[in-house]
Amino acid sequence: MKIAFTSKGTNSESMMDPRFGRTEFILIYDEEKDEYTHFDNRAVEEIAHGAGPQTAQKLFELHPDILITGNGPGGNAATALKQASLIIFTGAGQMTVNEAYAAYKNGNLNKL
Amino acid sequence: MKEIVVVSGKGGTGKTSVTASLSFLGGKDVVTADCDVDAADMHLLLNPDFAYVEDFYSGVIAKIDQDTCISCGKCAQVCRYDAIQVDDGIHTVIPLDCEGCGYCARICPETAITMKEQNVGKWYISTIKTGGIMVHARLGIGAENSGKLVARVKNEVKKIAGESGIDIILVDGSPGIGCPVVSSLSGADFVVLVTEPTVSGLHDLKRVHELVKKFNIKSGCIINKADLNPEIADLIKVFLGKEDIIHLADLPYDETFTKAMTMGQTIIEYKESSLKKDIAECWQKIKHIIYI
Amino acid sequence: MKIAIASGKGGTGKTTLATNLSSYLAEFHPLVLVDLDVEEPNSGLFIHGELIHSEDTFKKIPIWDKNKCTLCGLCQEVCNFHSVIKLGNQIMVFPELCHGCYACSELCPDEALPMISEKMGELKYYETGSFSFVESKLDIGQEQAVPLIAQTIAYVEKTFPDDIVKLYDSPPGTSCPVIEATKTADLIILVTEPTPFGLHDLKLAVATMRELKKRFAVVVNRYGIGNDDVLTYCNGEDIHILAKLPNNRKIAELYSRGSLVYKEIPEVERELEKIAIYILNMKVRVKK
Ligand code: SF4
Ligand code: SF4
Ligand code: SF4
Ligand code: SF4
Repeated sequence: MKIAFTSKGTNSESMMDPRFGRTEFILIYDEEKDEYTHFDNRAVEEIAHGAGPQTAQKLFELHPDILITGNGPGGNAATALKQASLIIFTGAGQMTVNEAYAAYKNGNLNKL
Repeated sequence: MKEIVVVSGKGGTGKTSVTASLSFLGGKDVVTADCDVDAADMHLLLNPDFAYVEDFYSGVIAKIDQDTCISCGKCAQVCRYDAIQVDDGIHTVIPLDCEGCGYCARICPETAITMKEQNVGKWYISTIKTGGIMVHARLGIGAENSGKLVARVKNEVKKIAGESGIDIILVDGSPGIGCPVVSSLSGADFVVLVTEPTVSGLHDLKRVHELVKKFNIKSGCIINKADLNPEIADLIKVFLGKEDIIHLADLPYDETFTKAMTMGQTIIEYKESSLKKDIAECWQKIKHIIYI
Repeated sequence: MKIAIASGKGGTGKTTLATNLSSYLAEFHPLVLVDLDVEEPNSGLFIHGELIHSEDTFKKIPIWDKNKCTLCGLCQEVCNFHSVIKLGNQIMVFPELCHGCYACSELCPDEALPMISEKMGELKYYETGSFSFVESKLDIGQEQAVPLIAQTIAYVEKTFPDDIVKLYDSPPGTSCPVIEATKTADLIILVTEPTPFGLHDLKLAVATMRELKKRFAVVVNRYGIGNDDVLTYCNGEDIHILAKLPNNRKIAELYSRGSLVYKEIPEVERELEKIAIYILNMKVRVKK
């Protein structure tokens, strides 16, 4: 499984970014390889409107199976993500990525 | 770190006065963000020092370089907003009408058109009268609020809170239900809805709540001027119960809000007002909720 | 004769003034009130009449033709509003974000993004006696007010004769929608409150009107509350104050129920009369 996290940093100690569209980084954890990679999404700061679809597009290209985030994607982002046949978990806004992963494993996050 | 966002859907419900009072009560324990940049009034009550200022750029508009332009007229043909005027063969862009779509720049055969970033306003970091920090912004004429500006203000606030170990962020959210308010709500831990018992107040409350629901954020509601129309106030309460929104407080119709404002004060500082106690209790309630 | 009622921000009594003034004026002069606050049209809560006409309003957006598309990705690149994106082997358009600039559609090498009409809102036209009322409302999720405002104004210009008084209730603020709504008006009435918030927002609105080189005057709402700073400012800046609507809890109560105010509070009627006289005088002059 490849799991994507919206995060504020580039490793699994980083705090989660509770936002989807304007998340600073997308951190990908590949369970098979036990390896983290990251995507710098900070360019989205420059977008006045429509940050959601833009981030969804980036996420799409990273091909994760699961997305773990904070509040959950808003309207436009949600529409775009529907195309990605991706399982989304929310409620991990105030944790580190490690904690969010553990919470997901223990079934403590909300499935969208 | 806990982020509280105050929204109302429409103007005139007393949202800014309420937020300023909460900020005053929070003192140095909160960092305040004013994301209601279309009508940024909170500074009038909190007396910021505008210590740090930075220009804010958002969006682009087209500019034609007259030395390179050969007056072929292609740009005016493609522009769907009539933003290119032709006067005596000279093509110029009308800045207020240009939407910044960039179509003209792409098709100009002489590449005479560049898209210039627009300075749409300024944003500030200030120390306010409580000794706390506030981040706020001011827009120029014709400029509109955007998710980008709101995100900018909120990012700055979070950075400051993180660096100084302050745990509570208080955001005066944007009005309406568009992109700026989406950006205001995104990442929040608790939403305070300020409403009033009028036909339009209830209608707007419902609209903005739809949005809050999408984000799955816990919310509470303050009914301002609650005694103005008890029947509608009751309808609001029924709505709150049904939607699982915490009823935080009923504030009476009270002109001391305005009297305090006239003196540049939040209601908390004003010498005599029964509202003080109500709002202080409300603040305690909110703090209690975000920490359980 | 076109008059726009505007204010620096919401909640200053703009709708109260628009609905009461139009209802009052209509008693002796044919008039149409147009609610251009298309995101939150509220005038309709106060005005009741017979529905004469109703139509959907449309904007142009591109629609993806899968069979023609070669997935070159150019559309995504040219759209400055990020409203068309390429997701794998799909092109997605986000109608709410689209500004209808035609760039993607006309630049697509394979004509795979034709522009079609999409509903963005509704326009309704009501009538009672010599009083007409036009209201437009954006559908939920639609973000661009300006095209709907422009279409509504065009409809009103086309439908009503020149000598009828047209009263436009503008959206609040100083951004593009307000500019669109006030662009063609002969007079703009700025509504404010005699408070520091009111003064601050009034100054922004005045700066906007001066930049647009518009004729404007001020109505002070909730007069009696707050202080005299707004009056001092207007005097100093040579801005005409048309009327002062009193501060009165009764008004707030009537408003909360969706009732017209001047029929029950004579002081308000007297102030409306002042505005009416000013407007009708101006109309005579404009005609000459
Ligand atoms: S398309 Fe370029 S060259 Fe032609 S008129 Fe416009 S700016 Fe000038
Ligand atoms: S950028 Fe778009 S709106 Fe502006 S002038 Fe060029 S074509 Fe017109
Ligand atoms: S520009 Fe046209 S052909 Fe190219 S990806 Fe877009 S729709 Fe398809
Ligand atoms: S018409 Fe313009 S704004 Fe709309 S999707 Fe195409 S390029 Fe983007």
